[in-house]
Amino acid sequence: MARDINTKKLKKNAFRYSKVRGETASRIRIPGGVINAKSMAKIAEVAETYGNGTIFVTNRQGVELPGIALEDMPAVNKAIQSIIDDSGVNQEERDKGYPASGTRNVVACPGSRLCPFGCYDTTEFARKMDKMIFPNNLHVKIAFTGCSNDCGKVRMDDFGIIGMTEPQYDPNRCVGCEQCIKYCNIRSVGALSLVNGKVVRDTDLCIGCGVCVAYCPTRAWTRSKEHYFRLVLLGRTGKKNPRLAEDFIKWADEQSIMDIVKNAYAYVEEYIDPNAYEGKEHIGYIVDRTGFDEFFKWIMKDVKLNDKAEVAHRIYWGGKHYDRSNNLK
Amino acid sequence: MGYVISRTGFESVIEKLGQQYRLYAPVRKVGEGRYTDVDVVRYDFVTKFDEIELEAKSDYAFKELLTPLSQTLFFFTENEVKEADFDDRDVIIFLRSCDMHAVKRLDAIYLENKFADPFYERIRKRVKFALIGCAHSYEDCFCVDMGTNRTTEGYLFSIDVAGDEIKSDVACPDVAALFEAADAKAEEVVPAYVTENEVRVTVPEKVPNEIYKHGMWDEYTARCINCGRCNFVCPTCTCYTMQDVFYTDNGKVGERRRVGASCMVDGYTNVAGGGQYRRTNGERMRFKVLHKVYDFRKRFGYDMCVGCGRCDMVCPEYISFANCINKLNDAVNELEGGASK
Ligand code: SF4
Ligand code: SF4
Ligand code: SF4
Ligand code: SF4
Ligand code: SF4
Repeated sequence: MARDINTKKLKKNAFRYSKVRGETASRIRIPGGVINAKSMAKIAEVAETYGNGTIFVTNRQGVELPGIALEDMPAVNKAIQSIIDDSGVNQEERDKGYPASGTRNVVACPGSRLCPFGCYDTTEFARKMDKMIFPNNLHVKIAFTGCSNDCGKVRMDDFGIIGMTEPQYDPNRCVGCEQCIKYCNIRSVGALSLVNGKVVRDTDLCIGCGVCVAYCPTRAWTRSKEHYFRLVLLGRTGKKNPRLAEDFIKWADEQSIMDIVKNAYAYVEEYIDPNAYEGKEHIGYIVDRTGFDEFFKWIMKDVKLNDKAEVAHRIYWGGKHYDRSNNLK
Repeated sequence: MGYVISRTGFESVIEKLGQQYRLYAPVRKVGEGRYTDVDVVRYDFVTKFDEIELEAKSDYAFKELLTPLSQTLFFFTENEVKEADFDDRDVIIFLRSCDMHAVKRLDAIYLENKFADPFYERIRKRVKFALIGCAHSYEDCFCVDMGTNRTTEGYLFSIDVAGDEIKSDVACPDVAALFEAADAKAEEVVPAYVTENEVRVTVPEKVPNEIYKHGMWDEYTARCINCGRCNFVCPTCTCYTMQDVFYTDNGKVGERRRVGASCMVDGYTNVAGGGQYRRTNGERMRFKVLHKVYDFRKRFGYDMCVGCGRCDMVCPEYISFANCINKLNDAVNELEGGASK
């Protein structure tokens, strides 16, 4: 049988180009990393019916079902419809699978659904973000993590969102047991000290992790009503210059983050190299070209930052420069 | 006297009482729990009925009013001392049966233990109680085995919510007048109380000294993180420590504070020269448990623990105090069995 497959369309439809000729893998998107058990059962069923019976769990909380015959792609797209419905992913046409694959799955650590340190519902925010940005062909990576532990490894992404809480102190409930101080030292940055029997917080140093709140035995420390976020920008892996994302805003609110990400897409549309290979260019390389100020102007357009937010007006990235020197001797 | 009263009627009773008394009741503090978007129920002043949390058991006990977590006792200068101002209005505390029994324990420690503590006494004199009935037991309660499940006196009135109505046993004639004025129906009312708990404990009658060295405490050395939460939530823990604070801009002026203390937390048994009586968490657990269900009884004739279960509810390491009482009982039986053989 003559195979005449448009590999560009195949990839855009969230199938993988496989090294095994005639085969592909279906890439299931799970924004926020949570899916119902019945969808997981469906995934298993599709893997057994159309694939080779194995499931590859990806680094970005998706799953891939390898060993699918290229001919079966339309059938697989029908079969995964209930999974797409369940995970709430935007679609253009029913039974046709995913409409794009460029913008990668939006990752979330367990966050406040499970984790004692999670400062917000990471999955919910990730899903909300996915609703806004997907489908899109631009190669953008976004990840959410509940606190500065960064179990979501968001500093490897273009946009990393780290949860923060602003600890509220009630001196009338404080008995001076110093546990908040001890655990801020051991598990965090050491921002607390005891002055005249009461606790003083170094507001510059404090990263809003909430460890003090978790360990205070009396509720002298509580979490702020508002959920805050640290937004870190333009981390990446890759063959030229992998690097960690750097801090852009701390104590930001949810709406500002949504607006900034939306603006960033417009910026990339405007400035992406029209000849970029397969239309993929890490945003960081675009920023290198336009300069940070232009990037800043675009992403902050009409953003109404909350009063508490602190913004960095200049960011420097480091990282490994394979493209400059690779000599270890 | 008993009354059945509509919700609106009862709201007006509470409002009137609020003009005369400071009302101190369990309140749901939204999002102020240990973890994100988790509430805590603890005591605070209220003025309206709907501010009172009547369904959930409070995570922290009422004792914070009688023995504040942090209280400035007096201010001092070089030659003078001035007692801190004090709110001398009368108070009504809303609490459940186990906590009513806890009041007796607090009184024993602060008023009947050789001499009366003046700071406790001056507030205690102004406190009256309203009993919250228990329609059911909560997960960790063991009040029945501790004999604190029922309270028949000592309160102005009781509250049991029954649908849209409130049932009250009213002991105080002044409060009864408020009920009458709010069109309450007179009816015999017995405050609800539980007669069984899922959690059962057997408190050993006598504890031999060998328990001191028994291996049962060792597991707690590894499990307990000596956070003291079990003490701070407990309605009967009464320990405090002093802070003499000298203001930083004038080192000769300052204040003396009394703050809550916990026998589980580091520092409690520190003595001059760097000594510490109970170093391991197992030793601290032993001290706490024996104090709650044995040593206190030797002095006052009844156990200190009232079985409210708050310590079990709050422990981050799932250490069960109730279960520890049972382990203690087993260990005592084993020791006594061994001794008589
Ligand atoms: S990043 Fe924080 S919230 Fe998320 S799993 Fe790790 S510790 Fe928990
Ligand atoms: S929020 Fe974290 S960094 Fe800030 S004081 Fe508390 S423990 Fe320390
Ligand atoms: S842990 Fe809580 S009670 Fe202890 S010193 Fe810190 S704020 Fe005060
Ligand atoms: S020891 Fe535990 S169960 Fe007993 S009174 Fe204290 S908090 Fe309640
Ligand atoms: S028994 Fe539990 S609550 Fe009490 S100090 Fe140990 S770990 Fe903390």
